[in-house]
Amino acid sequence: MSHLDDIQIILATDCGSTTTKAILIQKVGNQYRQTHRGEAPTTVEAPFEDVTLGVLNALTELGELSGRKLVDSSGQIIRPASDGIGCDLYISTSSAGGGLQMMVAGVVRSMTAESAERAALGAGSIVMDVISLNDKRLPHERIERIRQLRPDMILVAGETDGAQTDKVVKITETISAADPKPRLGSGYRLPVIYAGNKARRDDIKVILADRTDLSFVENLRPTLEKEVLLPAREKIHELFLEHVMQQAPGYRKLTEWVDADIMPTPAAVGEILKRVAEKERINVVGVDLGGATTDVFSVFEQNFNRTVSANLGMSYSISNVFSEAGLSNVMRWIPFAMDERDLRNRVKNKMIRPTTIPQTLEDLIFEQAVAREALRLAFLQHKAFASRLKGVQQQRTIADSFDQDAVGKSLIQMMDLDILIASGGVLSHAPRAAQTAMMLIDAFLPEGITRLAKDSIFMMPHLGVLTQVHSQAATEVFEKDCLIHLGTCIAPRGRTRKGQPALSYCLTFPGGEKKEGILKAGEMKRFPVETGTEAQLYLDPPRDLDVGLGKGVPLESTVKGGTVGLIFDCRGRPISFASEFPERRSQLKTWISELGVYSEEALER
Amino acid sequence: MAHAYTPGLKVSENELLRRRRTLPLKGEVVVRNGAAVKPEDVVARTFLPGKVDIVNVANRMGIDQSEVPSSMVKREHDEVLQGEVIAESKSLFGLLKSKATATLNGTIESVSGVTGQVILRGPPQPVAINAYLEGIIVEVIPQEGVVVETSGTLIQGIFGIGGEVTGEIAMVTPSPGDVLDERLLSKNHRGKVVIGGALVTKDALKKAIELEISGIVVGGFDDQDLRGFLGHDLGVAITGHENLGITLIVTEGFGKIDMAARTFSLLHKHQGRQASINGATQIRAGVIRPELIIPIPGAQPRKNIPAEEKGMNVGSTVRVIRNPYFGKLGTIMRLMAEPARLDSGSKARVVSIRLEDFEDPVVVPRANIEIIEGYD
Repeated sequence: MSHLDDIQIILATDCGSTTTKAILIQKVGNQYRQTHRGEAPTTVEAPFEDVTLGVLNALTELGELSGRKLVDSSGQIIRPASDGIGCDLYISTSSAGGGLQMMVAGVVRSMTAESAERAALGAGSIVMDVISLNDKRLPHERIERIRQLRPDMILVAGETDGAQTDKVVKITETISAADPKPRLGSGYRLPVIYAGNKARRDDIKVILADRTDLSFVENLRPTLEKEVLLPAREKIHELFLEHVMQQAPGYRKLTEWVDADIMPTPAAVGEILKRVAEKERINVVGVDLGGATTDVFSVFEQNFNRTVSANLGMSYSISNVFSEAGLSNVMRWIPFAMDERDLRNRVKNKMIRPTTIPQTLEDLIFEQAVAREALRLAFLQHKAFASRLKGVQQQRTIADSFDQDAVGKSLIQMMDLDILIASGGVLSHAPRAAQTAMMLIDAFLPEGITRLAKDSIFMMPHLGVLTQVHSQAATEVFEKDCLIHLGTCIAPRGRTRKGQPALSYCLTFPGGEKKEGILKAGEMKRFPVETGTEAQLYLDPPRDLDVGLGKGVPLESTVKGGTVGLIFDCRGRPISFASEFPERRSQLKTWISELGVYSEEALER
Repeated sequence: MAHAYTPGLKVSENELLRRRRTLPLKGEVVVRNGAAVKPEDVVARTFLPGKVDIVNVANRMGIDQSEVPSSMVKREHDEVLQGEVIAESKSLFGLLKSKATATLNGTIESVSGVTGQVILRGPPQPVAINAYLEGIIVEVIPQEGVVVETSGTLIQGIFGIGGEVTGEIAMVTPSPGDVLDERLLSKNHRGKVVIGGALVTKDALKKAIELEISGIVVGGFDDQDLRGFLGHDLGVAITGHENLGITLIVTEGFGKIDMAARTFSLLHKHQGRQASINGATQIRAGVIRPELIIPIPGAQPRKNIPAEEKGMNVGSTVRVIRNPYFGKLGTIMRLMAEPARLDSGSKARVVSIRLEDFEDPVVVPRANIEIIEGYD
């Protein structure tokens, strides 16, 4: 690898479960910019069974598009860069072949088991199941479940350091009795990480050392009030590279090609969001709405959390979104009537043919309605999981532990959220930017002043790995090329009676032009303000509504524009929907029309 | 550029077919290479580890964990019967006895003086794998299983329920557009694979189970009926393990959709032959589609290039798999190179297709068509 200052050309790939995406980052003047993108189908499955073939195909396409030769005739990435060929740095992430799949275990579901789950999720893993002594399963049911799972590795937590109980030994005995086998490769033993009571390490060794590849890290919960996730996360990453990556087809070769350790895709997304939150001192929520799963990331008060809603997605799992949300919740976003039988068949047809896209506007509106529900449900799960006390490396006193108000309270406070970032096909590729903005607002219900953005071409994974080796390049590209700013949402918290004034506003644009007015409860309003333009905003809410400083307290702020602009949302939190369809249709039409979400034709149906 | 279309499902009259039949754990292969097998013949067998249970002896007997090893009347590796005493303690000069008993038939695997728990392991469970197809063993994978080869007709469905079954093919609807209702089924269909047209009704499915019909292959099925049939809403398409007394294969999709004429006529041609069918479906990485295989001894598989390998060309026969032309068949007239704007507002690569029953060609995104595969 070249010296950091000498790096001119960076190549990054993300090997996803279906597509391998490659991006080219070049130093243009004094700045790093993402210039080209190529993609090819991932080649982990038969008949290819070698991930590097897909990587080379993606790089070949990238080479053709950029006019820069990246791969030589022997199939090697050309390094270092010289006149018009090669690159100085090559990095990659991976979620191909099912990504990293773990099982976690702990003593109490809401304490050590949850800490173990958080450590695994933060490391970019899919958590297949959480086993605990109070999971309401009988011992033999747990054993059967562990046998069926075949994870890539297991993380065991339990008890505080020095605790004089046998509970963590009990849960370990259950794992030992199941004699679990790894998912990939029959020739190696399943890695098990023990991150529980240090005093029990010798007992654990007796139970697991013969059957598994056992390693020890610091206790995830050394005391009741402290959660230490980093050592476990680092160990997971190390084992991911040592075991999982070595077993998956072609990965051994890929690990030799890269200039920095390969990261699981979600872990890389987490890295870039953490970096941005830290640098700008802001609270961030990021969401990746995929075909099978929805990942939600948040950094609040410097606490990072990630959740994966395994069966909330827009293709493979669309049917599950529909059944979990319920028909009426999906239908409340649609401004026309649809037959239930037809609707159900449509959802199932999308599930069995997941690569199809909406051709008609009616289909698009329906799919975006389902997307709102997938996002809403995934965010509910995230809010419940990203809670206080159990948060990352949080030091609290015993007295605080008995403060019921704080215990378990979600870290996610919508009023404190600064930016909401969307990625994933339905959000990134929506035909109109206003559709993405509206889906985000409807699903996440931001409060106060919140910036909205989307990842232009799902570049966050690439940039996440890049932060590990070249932080400057990663942040420059993130700011310039990765995010497309949609604008800012301004929404008072609370509810007031329909038709009553909900917000007085005064906007002052650069150059001095002013717009002022009063919005009524139930109304939305959009002001086109371009990306890069800032406006001065003065808000004066009525006494029962809050825009950030308390009920009825006025607020002054600077707000940023975007491809959609400034969106005032006075529909209430939660949104007040009319109960009858004709009235609700009229509500939806007004909102859709004001924001320019869909064409007028859709509204005339 | 990634392939933007669904590769499609195979409907092939003469195909050389191989199926790997392997055990979940290593075991014994009981057939030799070159042997002729019938679908029900066992090809490999093994024993799955027995059921495991944990008995908390310390709790049951009210003693300290550390006392458990010395209270055991059975030792590690000893065989025990359900209800048999495994640990006993005496107190108050031997007047009061407390004991713990085995919860299953098996052996004592371990006794812990730390947790006071005893792990019992039941006897191994025998598992056998059958040949599934009538054919020849062409490969023996030592200790794991075999590869069975046969020649014949393969029809892949889009979605299925239920596992592997075999039966004689019986046509019950006169055309691929008819509905299979309960009036068309009789006790003569017991053990058979019944072929319907565009839809199978809920009542027909119910009657088929009563009549012990092996399987049903049909063009479409209503999701509402699927929910009633399964007893829950299917969230993610991973099926094959249902134990509902019948295997169902849907060839086209959800709703009332005519079975593709070619599929229907192939099945009609082979009426009376034995078919092996499997409803197992998995629509994620490593896609599994349900299948119907009709072994035809002596059939000579043609060596044409499968349509999926030829790619999408002008003249290819395709099926539209999304609204507004869902289920319609047609021929590609033009492949446009540049992305076009759809009614939804999205930009996508499209093709122009002449659909059956439509006068003018229509434009459809490439992602929304699938090539009708197979050899002619």
